[in-house]
Amino acid sequence: MLAATSSLDQFSHDPWWLVLIKIVGVFAFLVVMTLFTIWYERRVVGRMQVRPGPNRNGPFGLLQSLADGIKLAFKEEVIPKTADKVVYFFAPVISAVCAFTAFAVIPLGPVVSMFGHHTPLQLTDVPVAVLLILACSSMGVYGVVLAGWASGSTYPLLGGLRSSAQMISYEVAMGLSIVAVFMTAGSMSTSDIVASQANGSQAQFFGLTFTMPSWYALLLFPSFLIYFVSAVGETNRAPFDLPEAESELVGGFHTEYSSFKFAMFFLAEYINMVTVSALCTTLFLGGWRAPAPITTFWAGANSGWWPMLWFTIKVLLLLFVFIWLRGTLPRLRYDQFMRFGWKVLIPVNLVWIVALAGLRTLQNSGLESQIKTYIMVGTVLVIAAVWVLWPAKEKPTAASGVEGIDPGGRVGGAGGFPVPPLDLEVPPSPRAPRLSVDREPVPAGTVAGDQSATEQEGR
Amino acid sequence: MSLSAYIPIVGLLALGAAFALFSVSIAPIVGPRRYNRAKLDAYECGIEPSPQPVGGGRFPVKFYLTAMLFIVFDIEIIFLYPWAVSFNKLALFGFVEMVLFIATVFVAYAYVWRRGGLDWD
Repeated sequence: MLAATSSLDQFSHDPWWLVLIKIVGVFAFLVVMTLFTIWYERRVVGRMQVRPGPNRNGPFGLLQSLADGIKLAFKEEVIPKTADKVVYFFAPVISAVCAFTAFAVIPLGPVVSMFGHHTPLQLTDVPVAVLLILACSSMGVYGVVLAGWASGSTYPLLGGLRSSAQMISYEVAMGLSIVAVFMTAGSMSTSDIVASQANGSQAQFFGLTFTMPSWYALLLFPSFLIYFVSAVGETNRAPFDLPEAESELVGGFHTEYSSFKFAMFFLAEYINMVTVSALCTTLFLGGWRAPAPITTFWAGANSGWWPMLWFTIKVLLLLFVFIWLRGTLPRLRYDQFMRFGWKVLIPVNLVWIVALAGLRTLQNSGLESQIKTYIMVGTVLVIAAVWVLWPAKEKPTAASGVEGIDPGGRVGGAGGFPVPPLDLEVPPSPRAPRLSVDREPVPAGTVAGDQSATEQEGR
Repeated sequence: MSLSAYIPIVGLLALGAAFALFSVSIAPIVGPRRYNRAKLDAYECGIEPSPQPVGGGRFPVKFYLTAMLFIVFDIEIIFLYPWAVSFNKLALFGFVEMVLFIATVFVAYAYVWRRGGLDWD
């Protein structure tokens, strides 16, 4: 199947009309995927909540999102009078454009014959393809933060700030998780990364030869995990949907948006979901290549137009996980969320990168396998020793925290502001006596007849 | 490898921009317009909107700090990528250099952690 892999030079030889067809094709793919994903999400969440979900428009309700989109186009557009008109107009455009552009380098399949031309099923590929996707998702933050700022309203401002802080925080984790993939594949171009996942490499551990799994999701499992978690945070999806926390911020940054401007944000959000799933497929799940059981009994599974099917299935499965998370997990608190990103994902990522780099350097070095084993075991022992012997951090006891406060004292000397005592009891409400009923307490489990008898006595 | 492989990206960007601009501009023309003063107020769940200070008002400085930390780590990532791509060529030299670099950034990271820069109250 190595003949089907494409080198980067192929992408500069497409005639202009073929490029145009591909551009329109990618655009249509994204719009259809968005419409489908909205329906998919509503149906799946509906099933999880024991209700049918949208099922009226078209077969299985498939046209529901299209109907919603058309309806949105014919709704009145309200621009709040405090809004900054120009920025307010361009913010949804920035969001949508960044979302569309990121998909340009995602490989959908191998070289196919299209109107007599042999061309890869991918719009284009460049040596810095993954960097382009990251750049687009970074630029998408501008749409969000400008929308929040330009609305001239409190909720969107807070939502926009939260959203941008969240996106940049998780972008760091996402960017670090991809480093391991680049290291293993030796390239940043998406088609090369897919090609490098075609066959498992041979690796030697402790004198034995193993065939490593070809998918980076298995080979680099920590990276895959961190990538997916940060992708959920990056796309502002539940359980990390704090920018749109309805109970706190109404709609977040797009509270003041209506009509098609709102639809643009919605479109951008779903395209971003599709893009991070597609990138996850490309980087970790073998891209458009068919999973192992299929290729063993069907040699043609990785040629022609079929790979587009495998690719779409993988993306839809990842989208299902997104929806599953939404249907299962409650929203995190903002401080928990930021702590997780900065204090867990980033250090774990860095340690993992160093460990992997060390391991691979050792493998590539010309040392004998016995010496390699000694170095590996020695390193593990040293790390374990440091871990065990590390001085334990003293945890502040509960008493020491309270001691500093003088209950009933005054701040700033005798004439200062009085500090209320910490064991302050709330005085009983003056209404309380009137509400209390003169009734003997009835022990639980008494028969209904007894209770009515007590009530009779009370009267 | 010529620059012509980058042109399709610009093409998709142009198509996306054309679509977004078209639909955002067409919406006010297609949709109805019924004036109502209350509708144009900032939405705050039905209560009187709080007065907006000039320039968007103040917001917690933590957001600013997060952005600064992001720049530090983003630059670290930018240095990690070329090293990762040519990892096999740089071999042991590259590994040692990168461990030193990561350790240097890690010192700053530990400092920020201890000073409470990563806590969100």
